[in-house]
Amino acid sequence: MRTRVLGTFTIAALALLAVMALVVTPADVNQQDAVRFLYVHVPLATLMYVAFGITALGSVLYLLPRTRARKWDLLAGTSAEIGVVVTGLVLVTGSVWGRTTWGVWWTWDARLTTTAVLFVVFLGYLALRRVSGDADIRAKRNSIAALAACIDLPIVHKSVEWWRTLHQKSSLLDEETFMHPHIHGTMYWTVMLGIGAFLLLFSWLLIHRYRLARLEDRLEDEGLERALAERRAEALAASS
Amino acid sequence: MWHDAAVMAGKDLRIELRSRVATNQVAPFAMLVLILFAFALDPDRGILGRAAAGLFWVAVLFCALLAIQRAFAVEATDGARDNLRMSGLDPAAIFLGKAGAIAAELAVLEVILGAGVVVLYNRSLHGPVLLVVTCVLATVGLAAAGTVYGALAAGLRVQETLLPLLLLPAVAPVLLAATRASEGALGGSPADGWPWVRLLAVFAVIYVAFGIVAFGPLLEESS
Repeated sequence: MRTRVLGTFTIAALALLAVMALVVTPADVNQQDAVRFLYVHVPLATLMYVAFGITALGSVLYLLPRTRARKWDLLAGTSAEIGVVVTGLVLVTGSVWGRTTWGVWWTWDARLTTTAVLFVVFLGYLALRRVSGDADIRAKRNSIAALAACIDLPIVHKSVEWWRTLHQKSSLLDEETFMHPHIHGTMYWTVMLGIGAFLLLFSWLLIHRYRLARLEDRLEDEGLERALAERRAEALAASS
Repeated sequence: MWHDAAVMAGKDLRIELRSRVATNQVAPFAMLVLILFAFALDPDRGILGRAAAGLFWVAVLFCALLAIQRAFAVEATDGARDNLRMSGLDPAAIFLGKAGAIAAELAVLEVILGAGVVVLYNRSLHGPVLLVVTCVLATVGLAAAGTVYGALAAGLRVQETLLPLLLLPAVAPVLLAATRASEGALGGSPADGWPWVRLLAVFAVIYVAFGIVAFGPLLEESS
């Protein structure tokens, strides 16, 4: 029931975002209407970090003996699934935006390259998750893989950053301009609204997907037990 | 621990020496890759020479994949993995030993490939010190990361396809840094190469540390 309320809020926030992004905010001086991509692109990119952050956190919690519980691994996997979809969307929206603003679909800039590697790394993680086997062994393997990925990514980022850089400076989180952003007024607030709206959407998706993951997990356990009980009953019936 | 690691590495290298898979299959494969690059990129227009450093490291990566698959394939049969677990060897030592054996194999392959690049792609060496340091650090990083991911994927039904997917993006920084550093050593200015060597060192240290910590849990519960 409460999830439904969250869902309603999400839809309302996304509708408001659509109005703000497409109607209320002005076109940019340099980028013209292409700037409207950023109201989706920037929130999605933020979401990407949140999603993989939760994956890392869930994996650490699973690996620590004191907090070991399969639910943390399920949470990590759930978040990674959404994260991969979001990363795909970040790449697509960024690419279309790049085409209209820079004139190319893709450039080998540091942040683009890191994001592409991030995408592939977590696709690998999801592929690993799908391998069958004992649930606890799997969970441990998944958690170690997620952790390895999270340790690797800063190095990937550093290396491609040295390699080349062309991307725009971070629009919001620049230290000097955090409270005095480059972008102003309604544009700034629309980006903020976008981040909020997409975070709502993320929580809603996460809750639903996590519930499903728990159910799948239970089905696996109980299905096995039930099959065992059935076989045992058959054996008993046959022997009596 | 170092003794255990040496025992482990010795065992793996002895298997490789006796089975000759590395010498009879992986090394020829490495040369084959160099020849295929020549077919793909026109040698007459100088593309091959200019791309030599990158091609060398791509070839090393492919060979590393094979070597890592091998290193875990030998543990897959006859319950060798269980024996390893029961052997009382420190998991950290097992990791260091396996990574050490892979690193040794890769080092030999790099010498062969390096000779191939010099001869076939017509390149000369300018900064031998830089090149050697680059190769050593990149090899350690590749072997350590490869051992971690090899152990992750070991014994799975989809091992052959999963390992490249997991390993190759993870070692992307090694490819990038080693290529830039080798370019410096092969023709550019060696001074440009040294910052990349630092990155390779960081990568190697991080993965060796991660492997030492993570190998225990990885070994103990994967079957």
